[in-house]
Amino acid sequence: MAEFEALLEIADDHLILGHRISEWCGHAPMLEEDLALPNMGLDLIGTARTLYDHAGKLEGKGRSEDDLAYLRDEREYRNCLLVERPNEDFAHTMLRQFYFAAFMRPYWLAALDSTDETVRGVAGKAEKEMAYHIRHAGEWVIRMGDGTDESAARMRDAVEALHIYVDELFDSSDAAQEAEAAGVLPLRDALRTTWDRTVAEVFAEALLAQPEAAYAQRGGRQGIHNETLGHLLAEMQVVHRAHPGARW
Amino acid sequence: MTATTPLWEVFIRPRNGLAHKHVGSLHAADEVMALQSARDVYTRRGEGNSIWVVPSAAITASDPDQTAENFEPTADKIYRHPTFYEIPDDVGHM
Amino acid sequence: MYSQGLIGADGRTEETPEFLARFQQRIDAEEKIEPKDEMPEGYRRTLVRQIGQHAHSEIVGMLPEGNWITRAPSLRRKAALLAKVQDEGGHGLYLYSAAETLGVSREEMTEELLSGKAKYSSIFNYPTLNWADMGTIGWLVDGAAIMNQIPLCRCSFGPYARAMIRVCKEESFHQRQGYEIVMTLAQGTPGQKAMAQDSLNRWWWPSLMMFGPHDADSQHSDQSMAWKIKRFTNDELRQKFIDATVPQAEYLGLALPDPDLKWNEEKGGYDHGPIDWDEFWRVVKGHGPMARDRIKARKKAWEDGAWVREAALAHAEKRRARKIAAE
Ligand SMILES: [Fe+2]
Ligand SMILES: [Fe+2]
Ligand SMILES: [Fe+2]
Repeated sequence: MAEFEALLEIADDHLILGHRISEWCGHAPMLEEDLALPNMGLDLIGTARTLYDHAGKLEGKGRSEDDLAYLRDEREYRNCLLVERPNEDFAHTMLRQFYFAAFMRPYWLAALDSTDETVRGVAGKAEKEMAYHIRHAGEWVIRMGDGTDESAARMRDAVEALHIYVDELFDSSDAAQEAEAAGVLPLRDALRTTWDRTVAEVFAEALLAQPEAAYAQRGGRQGIHNETLGHLLAEMQVVHRAHPGARW
Repeated sequence: MTATTPLWEVFIRPRNGLAHKHVGSLHAADEVMALQSARDVYTRRGEGNSIWVVPSAAITASDPDQTAENFEPTADKIYRHPTFYEIPDDVGHM
Repeated sequence: MYSQGLIGADGRTEETPEFLARFQQRIDAEEKIEPKDEMPEGYRRTLVRQIGQHAHSEIVGMLPEGNWITRAPSLRRKAALLAKVQDEGGHGLYLYSAAETLGVSREEMTEELLSGKAKYSSIFNYPTLNWADMGTIGWLVDGAAIMNQIPLCRCSFGPYARAMIRVCKEESFHQRQGYEIVMTLAQGTPGQKAMAQDSLNRWWWPSLMMFGPHDADSQHSDQSMAWKIKRFTNDELRQKFIDATVPQAEYLGLALPDPDLKWNEEKGGYDHGPIDWDEFWRVVKGHGPMARDRIKARKKAWEDGAWVREAALAHAEKRRARKIAAE
């Protein structure tokens, strides 16, 4: 059960961020990004699907990926707060993506040694995807940080807005701790140095400073979200829930 | 600012052993962005394993008005082709 | 997607009869025309306009389907729809690039779209109102687009033909994913089936209009045919589309909303009822139900994105300067 819950946390992270990224489709600052953003969204949604499917099987109650994605309320969602933050502007979106990928890349690299075969499979695919996300989003952070006065100001705003959600990435819930102890999932806490290094390198080029966090906002893993998640889920789930039991 | 984002030409090598082939173009501010966009635009279905990007402005093309003088003079140099020479069948494949 | 109803070749030209005859000879010999080749001004203008309209249609076409990505009722459908709408953006990109070989910039074309000067396919000015619309659009709208686009792969202008080959390869998944959606709904609950029928009722006629006015009312069509920009007439393509689609609808057990639709043994095709051309022209002229919203959305993306594009250029300039300084 702990593994089920721990997998659900990561699956939720990927689905919610993938959903957020998909909101850009057709509205990006340039056509080339209208193609780049869905690529990232599809990577994330793909990983979420495999993890939900696997979690559902471990749970053994016959819940499918769609049951898990579409039939849980915001209190039951276990994603971290960072991924549910609204897109705001391109600076927020790219920074959020960069922060998340900078965390997930070492996470998946460590998960290559998982005792769970499906997790190892996901890790093998996802670590490469995250390496590209770090590069793509990281380059944008640099470009915007060291671009025009306006882009630099927007980048600083994004850093200011998002840094309070960073610490939560490194927290392990009770379920995650159990899964970590069992060798199924990597220790989150141990990834901080790598994350700091990745971010520091990009921020140096982007002429951005990492602020000291006055406090850290947490709660996602307990289902205590920002108000924004409920709206995201209402939209995502509306059709599915309007037709109980239907196939799509 | 009214500056326009430059145009790039994209070349992809479908797999090792083949040459890079022109597949299309895109807009990017610099070569880093051009390479990433090329990856995101032109390799979504496993089209290749290597990308070149070249600023379109860096390409010098032959003049279509000179097509005749450039390319027609080779037409009668048929002695450059192996079939110009008669070798009896008995000699075997050569 | 594109609407061949909007094109209109521009036959006006300054060239001598000898030049035009020589050009026509190349076309008749199925030679491809490449960007730097000599070409009549009318040929160039027609292509710029047609490829531009086609590109705009792909880009505006992202919006009606983009409207449902966040509501897709299963994760499998969500991924497929996102990939599909992304493809349409790619089509727009390939087509803008093809037009750019003729000396117009993407910025110029974008400005024409945003100012309302350039046209795009009228089908995208209809609203997407239920999930079944994602199926119907893939099945009918992409289906009609494929009918139009396959002959364009042999268009006399090289860059356009090459772009269309790439586009057509990608399109085939669009129609199949659409049909699969409609099929699942048609075989689903009564509520799902009703949704599919409602959607078909709304999209059938606009899909037929995508092929443009009747041949008799289609100006400039002859010149486009002579230049081999276009290979079939509007009515020929429309007929092909209807003949292919009717059995597909029958298989689904859905009714096409045309009481006059029946098989004509003699011509070996279906006859159909009258198309509401008043509606067609109304929508083409920008009075479609979603016309304002579509342009507004594109404008917003373009304007909100300006600072991002400027930042990228400014950063590129800084990088260049630093590189030079380091040398
Ligand atoms: Fe198209
Ligand atoms: Fe398309
Ligand atoms: Fe399509």
